Order: sequence, then C-alpha cells, then structure tokens
Amino acid sequence: MTTTAMDEPAAGSAAPANGLPRLLPLVPGVPEDLRAHLARYGRPPYRGGPGLLIHGAEAAGLTGRGGAAFPVYRKLAIVAGARGRKVIVANGAESEPASRKDALLLRVAPNLVLDGLQLAAEAIGASEARLYLHPGVSPEVLRALSQRAAAGIDWLGVTITEAPPRFLAGQESALVNRLGGGPALPTFVPPRVSERGLGGAPTLVQNVETLAHLALIARYGPRWFRALGTDTEPGSMLTTVHQANGTSQVIEVEIGTPLRTLLASQPQGAEAQALLIGGYHGAWLPMAQAAPLTLDNATLSQRGAAIGAGVIAALPADRCGLVEAARVARYLAVESAGQCGPCLNGLPRMAAGLAELARRGHRRQVRADLERWAGLVTGRGACNHPDGTVRFVASALTVFAPEIAVHARGHCSATNRRPFLLLPDGMPTTEDDWI
Amino acid sequence: MSGTTAFWYASRATGIVSLLLLTAVLVLGILVNRQGRLPGLPRFAVTSLHRNISLLAMAFIAVHVVTAVLDTYVNIPILAGVVPFASGYERVWLALGAVSFDIMLAMIITSLLRGRLNRTLWRAVHLLAYLSWPVAFAHSIGSSRDLQHGWLLDLGIACALIVAAAAIWRLAHAARQLPRAARVAAILARYSPPAGTKGPGQARERIAR
Amino acid sequence: MAETLRVNPINCSGHGICAELLPELISLDEWGYPIIDPRPVPPALDLEARRTVAACPVLALRLIRQ
Repeated sequence: MTTTAMDEPAAGSAAPANGLPRLLPLVPGVPEDLRAHLARYGRPPYRGGPGLLIHGAEAAGLTGRGGAAFPVYRKLAIVAGARGRKVIVANGAESEPASRKDALLLRVAPNLVLDGLQLAAEAIGASEARLYLHPGVSPEVLRALSQRAAAGIDWLGVTITEAPPRFLAGQESALVNRLGGGPALPTFVPPRVSERGLGGAPTLVQNVETLAHLALIARYGPRWFRALGTDTEPGSMLTTVHQANGTSQVIEVEIGTPLRTLLASQPQGAEAQALLIGGYHGAWLPMAQAAPLTLDNATLSQRGAAIGAGVIAALPADRCGLVEAARVARYLAVESAGQCGPCLNGLPRMAAGLAELARRGHRRQVRADLERWAGLVTGRGACNHPDGTVRFVASALTVFAPEIAVHARGHCSATNRRPFLLLPDGMPTTEDDWI
Repeated sequence: MSGTTAFWYASRATGIVSLLLLTAVLVLGILVNRQGRLPGLPRFAVTSLHRNISLLAMAFIAVHVVTAVLDTYVNIPILAGVVPFASGYERVWLALGAVSFDIMLAMIITSLLRGRLNRTLWRAVHLLAYLSWPVAFAHSIGSSRDLQHGWLLDLGIACALIVAAAAIWRLAHAARQLPRAARVAAILARYSPPAGTKGPGQARERIAR
Repeated sequence: MAETLRVNPINCSGHGICAELLPELISLDEWGYPIIDPRPVPPALDLEARRTVAACPVLALRLIRQ
C-alpha cells in the first residue's frame, strides 16, 4: 500500500487516540461552537485541488451512513469526473421516525458536518452547496453557518432548504425534486442524480453523518479511520437504540460492536422479545437469534438484516409484535408517494392485511394474500419504498408467526396495549404535505 | 356555385370526410385516455386506430387544401392552408381552417418526436385538440354552404354532438379523479373495515388517472 | 447487444397494451400493471419488442441497452 498525502494527518492537527467518541463531542450533549470546534480540530484542511479527498475516502473504505452503505469514494469520483456545473447536498432529512442520530449530530457537531460538506464540495469542484433539513432547523446549525461565514472558512456558501416531514423526503431523487422547487416525490431512475440531478447538473448527495466522517478522514487520514470497525466495514457509526424499557439513546460505536452491548439489561420479565434492526425498512429478528450478532452488514446480512438507518429497537415482551408491525405498515403505506401502481395498490392492502392479523380472529386467506402482494410489489416501484416495506412486513410475519396462531384462536399474548414504536401523528392528505 | 370544376367538388368532398375522420380521431383519443375498448377488438386497436386515422385525416386535409388551391374559379394561395388570412376568398372562414390545421400539425409533429420531448409540453400541445376541432367545425360550416342545410347539416350536428358527449365524459372523469396525495388513503379506507365487518376484499384497483 | 424491457412505473397507468402485444415477456398483475421479464429480449422478439414500446399510449415502456 503506497502512502499518499492523504494517508498522513493534515499538518497542525494531532490525531486523537484510537477511541470513541469521534463524531460526538467529548462532553456528551454539549454542542461545540465554532471556536471550540477549531480548537479541537483546526480549520478544514482544504487540499487546494479536486480529487485528493477522494483517494482518502477510498483508502478509508468509508460507506454512506444514510442507509444505503454505498462506497463514498465512488459517488465522489462519478460527480468529480463529470463536466460542467456540479452541486453538493448535505442530506440531513432524517425521515426515519425512529432515528435521531442526524438530528443529534447537527445539534452537537454541526461544524464537523459543514467541514465535510465544504471539503467534499472542493473535492468534486461543486459550485453550489445545499443543506436539506426537516422543519425546525436547530439554531446550532444556523449559528454555525453564520459564524463560519464571518470567519471566512467556507469554500462555498450554503443554502438551507426545508424537507417536508415525509418518509420519502430524504430519498435521493425526491430530495433533488424538492430542492428544485417541486414536491419531495421520487422520480424514475435512470438517470441517477449523480449524473443528472438538480437543474440537470451532476449532484452529490451525502448523509450528514457521512460528511462528518469525511471531515475527520481529511484531517487524520484513512489509517486512523480504519483503526476502528472491521476490515470490510471500517470506522465508527451513530446508532439510535430504543431499549425495551422505553428509553432511547444515540450512541457512537465502532462497526462490528456486539448487539448485546448496545442493549441495556432489563429486569426479569421485561426483556425484549425481538429486535427491529435498521429502522422501518429493516428486518425483525427474534431476540435469541439477534443477541449474538454484531453490528455490521457482513454479519447481519446472513440473517436477512442490514444496518440501514442505524436504528435498533428492542420490542418488550409484554407488547404484541403484530400490533406494532401493523402500526408501522400502515404508516409506510400512507407515506407511499402513490405514483406507481404496484406500490399504491399493494402497500395499503398489506397494511390492512397485517391489521387484520393483529385483530382477534382473521380469515385464513389473509396470509396467502400478504405473501402474494409482497411478491407483487418488490422491485416494481420507482424507488425502493415497496421493497423496504416488504422486508419489514415479511420479517414480522416470520418472527411473530407464533403470535399469528395465537390471534387466530382469538387471543393475544400482550399484556400492555400501549404503542411502543415511534410514529408521527397524522398523515399526508394534500399535495402541500409533500412540499 | 356555377362553373365548378372537379377540383372544387373534390375539395368539398374531402373536407366533409376530413371532418368525419377528425371526429373519429378525437373520440378515439378520449377512448385511449380512458382505457376504453372497442367491442370485439384488442386493446391496442384503439390506440392504433387513433394514430392511423389521425394521419389519414391529415392526408385528406392536404388533398382538401390542394384541390381548393388548384381550382381556378376562386383564387386561394397555397399559403392559405397554414397561414390565416392569406386568402382573399372567404377570408375569415379559411383562416379558421388554417388555424385548426396548424394546431393539428403541431400535434402530429410533437407526437412523432414524443420520446425526445418534455411530457408536459407534449400534453399541452395535445390538449389543443379540444380547440382545433371546434375551430375546424366552424370552418366547415362557414366556408361553404354545404353544411348549412340538408343532410350534411344533420351530419355536422351529429359530429358536434358526438364530440360534445365525449368531451363531457372526459371532463366528468377528470372531475372525479382523486389527487395523487389522496390515493393511498382512499385504498386504505376501503380495505380497513370498521370493527366487526369482514377484511380486505379482492377487488381490483387501478390508479384513478 | 443485449437489451431489456423496462417500464417507468410512475408514468405507467396500466393500459395493458404491452401485455397484449408481447405476452411472451409481459404479463399483468391483479391490478393491471405490467410484470416484465427481466431477462434480455431474445433476438426473435426484438422487432415485436420495439413495436410494443412504440405502442404504449404514455411511452412508459423502454428498451434499455445493457
């Protein structure tokens, strides 16, 4: 392995000890303003030319932290190699209701995110930088932007655009659609946004956590980055963990951490019955199966799961998995863009089917219907919303199969009827709800 | 009209046939949009007939214009086929014909280039059909006395009524259409019964477009 | 040069003409939307495939070069 300029830490900044936290501040929950940020990290190490950061991202093996885990250097390279005007977007529209990591990161370490945005903008030669956020932009972000502008450390001015509170708002093509002034609805791909995006220009879309990692790789080098994590999935990541007792935290862990260490021990009888891994497009696993696993895609994929949005939710034993799954399935259905026939028709039917299973006594036909609809919608939408929904529903049907039999006989094992999984109130009804 | 030639007869005849063909094209176009069927024919027949008859109509209109120009009894320059008010004879009525034909040309050209064009642009031009037909109809009634009495008048009125009925059918459907943002909720409501009733049905649901 | 049929599901409104013209590669689901064989179009059906693409009233079907 040859050393390049990117392998060595940027001059003037000492690499921190090989531990955590990396992204989150040293004092938990306390945001670092620009002065504290500069004291800890120094100014963003602009390379003075495009491309150098891309080599670093490749050597570091950084993958996207927005859910798709796509190799970052490849997206950077595609957009950097394109001709003409280019756009970069920091995607902070954390549309997953159970995820809070991006919101936290933007609140406590906005400068890291913005450093990453600027460094990536320089690397690809962007002429326009956007920050895409849900309503109620944290004041820390606004303060960071104005402080940076005053200090003159930003390569490009950053424009904030609001994302509607939709599950699909953070989807790449929906994001570009919204940034262009339209609704946050996905569009048909090809062309990918990295080839033709905002205003027809190649557009690099990166999750805010990914950009924060990039900002650190630029300073401390790929070798430092690889000191944590696994060989194929290096680095640290933020994960939102929902404990069985109803509390939740955002913690930064190295990839490959055993799931057991994430879960707080619960008193006897209040343990979790199952884990939902990856968020509402993720997969359920029975607790016995999930407990020995580690938080990395290589291990999780063997069980049909993936890190996804980095959400781990432990379902307490006193709840009904079918009821919870039906609630989420209904949410996923109403959050469909309603543009593609299979998704428009399949998702609400699946949600209704799951709701029927969650009631006491259901028709025998329902399970067969659910399987048929799941097969019909997978891969037949313009985005992967139907696919993710099927992953969630199918894993729920598998993991909670015993409960389905219980319900068929007119009973339910749950002793607690309070809803557990976090879901927003209300649902989109008009076109304005997508703007 | 004394001293008429074969060209003049041909122009009047092809004009009438064109009106009939255009009526058929418009109705077929609405049928395509509504995914309607012609009895006994496969689905692709509707869209195929719509496209082919539109080209046939253009051919008849071309003959209709050329024969009128070739006829020496009145002086109509060839330009009057596409340029309004270029003719001294029946200035206004022929202008209407030219306008209508111009719109049709735009519709045909945009349809042939459809793959390369912005969808909204194609749709906007194609919707001008609802303007082109009445203008063509007005041209038919005003430019010669043929459709102003007798069975040809009845024929003209019949065409107008058919077009009006089809257009109303189309508008009624557009009015009933659920906006995109309301579609999923509607299906969900249909398949989520109140407590005590049976579960999801097996009915087909199409996008209400 | 291998080509596959792909439908733009956003533009597709379920006319069903494609399934009628190319039943070897396209069938309809229970809601009237096309299910398309993901494998490359066999050379013998190439002409039919092109006609089918042209016949879609909303131009939702296309042939993608692999």
